Amino acid sequence: MMETSPQVIGKLEKPKKVRSLQSGETLAGLLFVSPMLIGVFVLVLLPIVATIVLSFADWNFVQGWKGIDWVGFGNFEKLFHDDQFLRSVRNNFVFLLAVPVYMLISMVLAVLIDRHVYLKSYFKVAYFMPYISSIVAVAIVWQVLFQPSYGPINQVLHTLGFSNPPKWIADPHYALISIMMIVVWTSIGFNMIIYTAGLQSIPKDLYEAADIDGANGWTKFARITFPLLSPTSFFLLVTGVIATFKVFDIIAVMTQGGPIGSTSLMVWYLYDTAFVNLKVGYASSIAVMLFVFVLLITFGQWITQKKWVNY
Amino acid sequence: MSTTNTGFSWRKGIITVIMFAISILFLMPFIWMLITSFKLEKDVFVYPIEWIPKQWHAIENYKEVWVGDYPFWKYYLNSIKVGVTTTVISALLSSLAAYGFSKIKFKGSNFLFLIVLATYMVPSQAILIPQFILYRQIGLFDSLCGLILLSSFSVLGTFMLRQFFMGVHQEFIESAKIDGANHMRIFWSIGLPLVKPAVATYAILRFIWTWNDYQNPLIFLRTDSLFTIPLAMQKFTSLSGEFYSLIMAAAVSAILPLLIVFIIGQKSVIEGIALGGVKG
Repeated sequence: MMETSPQVIGKLEKPKKVRSLQSGETLAGLLFVSPMLIGVFVLVLLPIVATIVLSFADWNFVQGWKGIDWVGFGNFEKLFHDDQFLRSVRNNFVFLLAVPVYMLISMVLAVLIDRHVYLKSYFKVAYFMPYISSIVAVAIVWQVLFQPSYGPINQVLHTLGFSNPPKWIADPHYALISIMMIVVWTSIGFNMIIYTAGLQSIPKDLYEAADIDGANGWTKFARITFPLLSPTSFFLLVTGVIATFKVFDIIAVMTQGGPIGSTSLMVWYLYDTAFVNLKVGYASSIAVMLFVFVLLITFGQWITQKKWVNY
Repeated sequence: MSTTNTGFSWRKGIITVIMFAISILFLMPFIWMLITSFKLEKDVFVYPIEWIPKQWHAIENYKEVWVGDYPFWKYYLNSIKVGVTTTVISALLSSLAAYGFSKIKFKGSNFLFLIVLATYMVPSQAILIPQFILYRQIGLFDSLCGLILLSSFSVLGTFMLRQFFMGVHQEFIESAKIDGANHMRIFWSIGLPLVKPAVATYAILRFIWTWNDYQNPLIFLRTDSLFTIPLAMQKFTSLSGEFYSLIMAAAVSAILPLLIVFIIGQKSVIEGIALGGVKG
């Protein structure tokens, strides 16, 4: 007979113990994941269910539990005729435009920094700074920079010959775009780092082959870099789009949704309804709509990804 | 003109100079903030902008921010307390869960992970109301403890660290098991040391995010003495009114500690984001 190695013995003995081993593994597994799961269950999953339940109620915090009035889909019917809600939804969709803008800037910067400059780590840190900075501090600085009459930005614009520069966050027509500009500014760092990582995974010989064929820089970018970065772009698009639905801090600090509702996003309207006006049921129905939008958009992106993402 | 790896390339040099100029423009808000924090209030909006203050008022400004009427050091302590505790708890819970989801095969593990994954998509604002009600009911409202718990269960760490645990060879775990070690022992003495750099990266990021968090303190804290830096920053701004030099000194104070943490851990933060991001 062949020699029996210890491993084989182990394997032969396994069937007897397999049941208890398996249940031991299950117990160990559950013990490892349960602290996180319990937290997620209590602080996330239960609240999701509660939000959906509350969206069918007409309730104000101060009334106590007895004040709950179940109204079915009443809140949602009201939402579809609520001008400020519709405006917030529209603003949210306008806000989506910031995503491709900062993705493009980040991609160009990543390519330049990865291949064409010295002092790479300086540039990475510099462009990353807004991302790690306290958004409250940053928002307050921008608020002063944007000050319409004596703020530095408009003073510079005056000097450059613009006699009537925009009033930025004080002007309903420019407020949303001003906020979007700041979000572009803060998002570049993160996106650039992810693109830099994506660039590392493009095989160098593709560029060498292109050099032999005499391709110029633009051709190489359009034919190699851009398409091969598409999985990275997809990832950034999905996370970026979801992130626009979560923009809150900067609105809360800079504009509080104003002037005249021009920077009100769904999340801001939710906060305002729940914690300023204390209409809990109605705010919950906004939260449900927020879920629905995020779900639909993510779902839509997954479906369309096949058309333009090269793996 | 070809770019070679050795020696100086003019093309690369020129692009570096242009990119440097752009980066200065990009960092202008920070530069303006820093310089303004050194100025006398009456010089703040003097135009053309004084890039080097004619009259320095730095010590007085920062003194007013740190130990003045609304002393920042108190809020710093709160932020450090919340930041450090949250980071420790979150890193521990995340690495335990990440190990469980990647290195232990058990029934229902995929299903449970899918649930955790799905919660990541939920905008935090959508569940604020029930969280608020829950906190009022169980007495965690308006306490630092409650604030810490809220961000300790972030599932992001579980994803990030799971990716790294998956890179640890199963053979390490199996051979330790044959030697009679249980999972807890394997986790502490083999798993965790192998993914230590990833845990460090996550810890730095979690600290930065907790330090900068504005939304949770805004909703779950009421007592001024419990405020963390972002809330204190906003309150300081409304109290200081038009004193922009002081406001900028406060802004610098809010950003600086993070900048130091970031510059120290720069490499691992950037690599961690790149890895976690692309794979996650």
